[in-house]
Amino acid sequence: MNPLLQIDNLETVLHTGATPVRAVDGLTLQIMQGETFALLGESGCGKSMTALSVMRLLPEVGEIVAGSIRIGGEDLLLLPEAAMRNVRGKRISMIFQEPMLSLNPVMTVAEQIGEVLQRHFNLRGAAQQQRVLEILNQVGIPDAERRMAEYPFQFSGGMKQRVMIAMALAGEPELLIADEPTTALDVTIQAQVLDLMRDLQQRSGMAILLITHDLGVVAEMAQKVAVMYAGEIVETATRAEFFHSPAHPYSRKLFASLPGKNKRDQGLAVISGSVPPLSREFVGCRFADRCDHAWDLCRTTAPGWSAVVAGHQVRCHLFDQTAGSVLHSSAVKAAETAPQGIPAAPSAVFNSELLRVVDLKVHFPIHKGLMKRVAGYVKAVDGVSLTIAQGGTLALVGESGCGKTTVGKGILQLIPPTAGSVRYDGLELVGLERKQLRAKRAEFQIIFQDPYSSLNPRMRIIDIIEEGMNALNVRNNDRADHAGQQSSSRQGQKVDALLQRVGLPPETKWRYPHEFSGGQRQRIAIARALAVNPRLLICDEPTSALDVSVQAQILNLLKELQASLGLAYLFITHNISVVEYLADEVAVMYLGRIVEWGSVDEVLGNPKHPYTQALLSAVPVIELNPKREVIRLHGDLPSPANPPAGCHFHPRCPHAMPVCHETYPGSSSFGSTHTVRCHLYPQPQNSSTLQPQGAETIA
Amino acid sequence: MLNYIIRRMLYAIPILIGVNLITFTLFFVVNTPDDMARMQLGIKRVTPEAIEKWKHERGYDKPLMLNDGEEGAAKFTHTIFFEKSAAMFAFDFGRADDGRDIAHEIKSRMLPSLAIALPVFLLGLLVYITFALVMAFFRATYVDFWGVVLCVALMSISSLFYIIGGQFLISKLWHLVPISGYGGGLDAGKFLVLPVIIGVISGAGASTRWYRTIFLEEMSKDYVRTARAKGLPESVVLFRHVLRNAMIPILTGAVVVIPLLFLGSLIAESFFGIPGLGSYTIDAINSQDFAVVRAMVFLGSLLYIIGLILTDISYTLVDPRIRLE
Amino acid sequence: MNMLYKPVILWTDALIYLLVIVVLAFVWYVRRNEHMLAPWRRVGHSASGMAALTVLVFFIAIGLLDTVHFRPAVENSGNSEQVYSVEVLSLLDVIAEPLRTRVEKTYSAPFAAHLYARETIELPDGGQVREFPRLQFGGAHLQNPDVQLAVDVAERAAAGAAQGFLGWCVLVVLLGGLLARQDNAGLLPTLSAIRRGTTEIPWNAVLLTLMLILSLLGAALALSTHYHIFGTDKVGQDVFYQSLKSIRTGLVIGTLTTLMMLPFALLLGIMAGYFRGWVDDVIQYIYTTLSSIPGVLLIAAAVLMMQVYMETHPELFDTIAARADLRLLFLCIILGVTSWTGLCRLLRGETLKLREMEYIQAAHAFGVSHWRIISRHILPNVMHIVLIATVMDFSGLVLAEAVLSYVGVGVDPSMISFGTMINAARLEMAREPMVWWALLSAFGFMFALVLSANLFADAVQDAFNPRVRTWSLKAGKLRRTERTKTPESKPVAAAAKDSNPP
Repeated sequence: MNPLLQIDNLETVLHTGATPVRAVDGLTLQIMQGETFALLGESGCGKSMTALSVMRLLPEVGEIVAGSIRIGGEDLLLLPEAAMRNVRGKRISMIFQEPMLSLNPVMTVAEQIGEVLQRHFNLRGAAQQQRVLEILNQVGIPDAERRMAEYPFQFSGGMKQRVMIAMALAGEPELLIADEPTTALDVTIQAQVLDLMRDLQQRSGMAILLITHDLGVVAEMAQKVAVMYAGEIVETATRAEFFHSPAHPYSRKLFASLPGKNKRDQGLAVISGSVPPLSREFVGCRFADRCDHAWDLCRTTAPGWSAVVAGHQVRCHLFDQTAGSVLHSSAVKAAETAPQGIPAAPSAVFNSELLRVVDLKVHFPIHKGLMKRVAGYVKAVDGVSLTIAQGGTLALVGESGCGKTTVGKGILQLIPPTAGSVRYDGLELVGLERKQLRAKRAEFQIIFQDPYSSLNPRMRIIDIIEEGMNALNVRNNDRADHAGQQSSSRQGQKVDALLQRVGLPPETKWRYPHEFSGGQRQRIAIARALAVNPRLLICDEPTSALDVSVQAQILNLLKELQASLGLAYLFITHNISVVEYLADEVAVMYLGRIVEWGSVDEVLGNPKHPYTQALLSAVPVIELNPKREVIRLHGDLPSPANPPAGCHFHPRCPHAMPVCHETYPGSSSFGSTHTVRCHLYPQPQNSSTLQPQGAETIA
Repeated sequence: MLNYIIRRMLYAIPILIGVNLITFTLFFVVNTPDDMARMQLGIKRVTPEAIEKWKHERGYDKPLMLNDGEEGAAKFTHTIFFEKSAAMFAFDFGRADDGRDIAHEIKSRMLPSLAIALPVFLLGLLVYITFALVMAFFRATYVDFWGVVLCVALMSISSLFYIIGGQFLISKLWHLVPISGYGGGLDAGKFLVLPVIIGVISGAGASTRWYRTIFLEEMSKDYVRTARAKGLPESVVLFRHVLRNAMIPILTGAVVVIPLLFLGSLIAESFFGIPGLGSYTIDAINSQDFAVVRAMVFLGSLLYIIGLILTDISYTLVDPRIRLE
Repeated sequence: MNMLYKPVILWTDALIYLLVIVVLAFVWYVRRNEHMLAPWRRVGHSASGMAALTVLVFFIAIGLLDTVHFRPAVENSGNSEQVYSVEVLSLLDVIAEPLRTRVEKTYSAPFAAHLYARETIELPDGGQVREFPRLQFGGAHLQNPDVQLAVDVAERAAAGAAQGFLGWCVLVVLLGGLLARQDNAGLLPTLSAIRRGTTEIPWNAVLLTLMLILSLLGAALALSTHYHIFGTDKVGQDVFYQSLKSIRTGLVIGTLTTLMMLPFALLLGIMAGYFRGWVDDVIQYIYTTLSSIPGVLLIAAAVLMMQVYMETHPELFDTIAARADLRLLFLCIILGVTSWTGLCRLLRGETLKLREMEYIQAAHAFGVSHWRIISRHILPNVMHIVLIATVMDFSGLVLAEAVLSYVGVGVDPSMISFGTMINAARLEMAREPMVWWALLSAFGFMFALVLSANLFADAVQDAFNPRVRTWSLKAGKLRRTERTKTPESKPVAAAAKDSNPP
């Protein structure tokens, strides 16, 4: 069978800086009819540029300098632009990562889809509208007849991506290129969209080039996998083969650096360093500098393709039969899985309570009407209670918009809470004077999600780290009667020590943030927080902007710091595998409230709340034959300005009962630590007596 | 949406009061009416009687803010501030130094002003957008490069030069149209051609460059890539997708000046001898007719505020995100 | 002690000195901070920007020379008390002494040897003829102007231009030597690198501009001693001299206005964005109100009132120069008041964005005071906006001065500026044959100043705000030359070495 898409030796160059960046450097791949081909790689390895090269939609600085791209035997690179336009949207369609930005904000959905029909099928008027409606129904837009006349901003993120898919499908393409189609979406929405794509592919028989960094998505979707590293493909295999025995050291490291439950007691494998800049000229293997198995040959000669088994090829000297020193594959494997040597966190003393939050509420007023009176509140946090033990880790899990970040800022008093109490070490923080609060600020600190906006670009690293020390008068030594000179040199030593502690050389303190990579910046942010000797760190999605291999480095660092300094963490995240790896306790949040809370084994191992169950089942797993039942949630997270009556989750809940529409459930306990707020479980006495009407309606 | 517009209108009231305060301070506090009278009547030979007479003619012979000689509400109302402000809000601007009624004068001069300003505005918008689109279409080619060079050069030339140069070339050298003047009816055409052309050219550099920047910014957005990925030709991408989005900042930026068109252009009108509000203002400035200048300041801010309200309304019309929320 | 001069520091002089100090301090500060230097390096890489800067340097030099004011001593009759002239002069006046003092009777065209108007001249034999009399100074050295004039002008121009060119050659060698020493290279290779345009800073563009300016300047200087190269005006004053004097006025308006409004715009804009709430409401109200009065009208009203104030308080100014200067300063202040609202709005918007940045949240988490957050986090991160606004405003203000002076609300009529020059010359438009030279030289000088300011502003904006690129083609050109270069220059081994993990 002839391949549908055949790319040979594609070279794409970006002319951005002083030296050209070889974003794609000699890439060869082929995709068969109807197959899903996953292109896997970390950010900056050239995946998206490959896709845009196929579409010939490179940014203005981009240029294809060599190679051929054939679809059904026709070389796209030789087509004139006008003929290429007949291919785009017709034979090859593409969907992009950011559905929010990829739709024209001032055109209705029907107009934007109808455009494709008019362009490629010359379909106009009523026939066009009819077809648009069909397609929208096909991609599962509820109430499509009404919604097709709406504008993109009236759709939620997941729905927008469905519209994008509808637009791509309108041309009935032979190949769909999906560039990180679910990265901007929450897991439950991601599950819906992936489902839809699989379903549509089965019906239409189109091929999919799926570009992703997520091994889980690959495992769920792909038939074939290609791993991309620094502009070239280093390994191709069928999914089964790839997940059973990944061959390239890079692929193996990717698997090993994934956090998870089974790695709790050990450090994660890390890939040292970072992806080399593609503006550089390569001589040997591009991975050699970061590879544990590299030897002289790797640094001088670029490896060619070697077959591991039929259909599984790898670009590595380890598998090259002629290269001489052939390492045994199993030895490699053993080396990969060996723990990196970070001691497991000692069983901390969890009895002493450090932070107790009771019924915390953060409401933002909505102004409306003539005089801008307050018309209602966005109840971002609506009665959250939690406790964190000294040296323990509580993970706060939830989808975007559930209010978990606001909880963190509310605890730190960065946003004044509307109601409730935050007691830190017995001291009530809510309503404290700015001055009194300042005296306590050193005790609890925060690490933010975006390493690019969390460091002031105009300050040197030393100034960034010293800022907190100066503001809070933190001295390394507790004796406060030092002369200024001495204390400043002491402070300098402390900055050096901090940088070393987070794994950066002390000389870096004279540099500016833009000289560091995302992972390094996150290390600096951690050093800044540690500078004031806190006991509680609130980590607000500290790794979600990072690649898997860098994420592993940061998680290792956090774990090691906890072990040596006895820090307590409030770990805010949406990533379940990070929770499994790091947390002692888990609280699951939905629409401003905690719906389930317990130890990590209880909640993740035996989830009770239907939302937790759905959330966990929606996470793509990288097992080959997952024997699990996926609970698909319908619809989106409702607006916290107008939460549904009764249990907030009932409109999406597969087990919703009449009582769920009426009252918010009280908490039911399972054991001493595991509590759930759901009507499926016996309600505590006081709450059922409070709402007798609700009980009657069930009867 | 109606609520929104009413709120914007209510918001205009404190601003107008603020404008009134500023003009009052400028015209009556910085210099007392006595100073102004002395200045106008000639510093040297001026009698106290002449000053009193001058002040009385204009109604400036009352205390500024607070009248101690009166009782009750009259304490505040029998003052220059109250009387002048109240009259202003009732569009009663008093009389100019030449004895004519200012309000009447403004009414009769609005039309000639509009006769130049409106064509300049409309033609300008059309020409600038067209050129900007052409430059955006040929971005990063020599068309674009030299277009920008031309824009910068045009921007660097004084508007006075355009007028003087235009008059010299077209009227004096080529005798195509009269050098200045104004006539009613069909006759107006031949007088208006030159000022309109010059008006369009003198604004071309800055506006075209600004619109080009807006277009290029829109073109770098993701939805444009989506449109290209559909297989649409570049012209459709530009006209259907980019233009529609770019029109939001362009239109709303243009709408705010529409009411101000009534005020005309100061320089062009005086050069071309057009009896509009612009030349009226200039004459008033040159003859130091404070009452007229004050009236024009008030009128100008009123029109600007109307422009702001129109801008808000136009936003709701062109942007569905605002219309529907 | 008797001195020949009594220094005079006018208000605008003091402010210009302040501005110079501020700029020098800023330069010193930027040079010490690598991250602040980087965008300026990008400015340095722009050929058009650097060429424009070269022109601007000349304008600024003339403006600064015209800023050092003093009153010369008057010859006194042995009295111990030294008396000084009421006339305030500047260094430029001294340098251009011949231009200033050689006043003709009335109009004369550029390079003319005769007046522009016929006059009745009494002949020695008692008869009268109407003819164009010879000028007192312009071309006075010629015996027979009709024959000699063209040749003499050409000779002098060529000699002057040659001198200028010679001076340029010296400069080129000096620069080449300096660069060569910096790079440890030979002089000739450095010079050829400059010619080919492969130096980091586009010296070829700078030197080309310099050659043009120096040659023109040389020719102009050589000619201006014997001719009125731009003619004379109604009272016979040299137009070239007037054009030179106008430069300072334009520069003062363009720079001091911004200096005046900057503190307001910065303080209020940042406060509104940072504190929000009622502070924001009040500041927004103030700038909406101010900006709702059409600019020209507000300026006209304010200047009118200032005129009245000055007329009624003549005792406040001891010299005409002081009076004109104060009026100029007021004009700057008024222009500043009407133009700060735009920048204030920009800064408020940017601050609103910045205050949500995570590094500011982190500073809050450390309990850092508001004042420190504003000065250490917000201010440095909005400075690029201030800078771009400043350079962009400059050319607009220079153009505005001309219009305002024309309307009659600009600088004092006794102060020489582009506006007053145009205003005076415009009245002669109707004259047959036309008096065109004063207008043209005013417009010409203004165009050169504004164009170079605009080009420099573009370069600054490109460098500090890479999102809005105005010259996209240049990148394309650069790219092509580099692509051909890369194969020969690949430090493979070095690159492989330094990317090893630490």
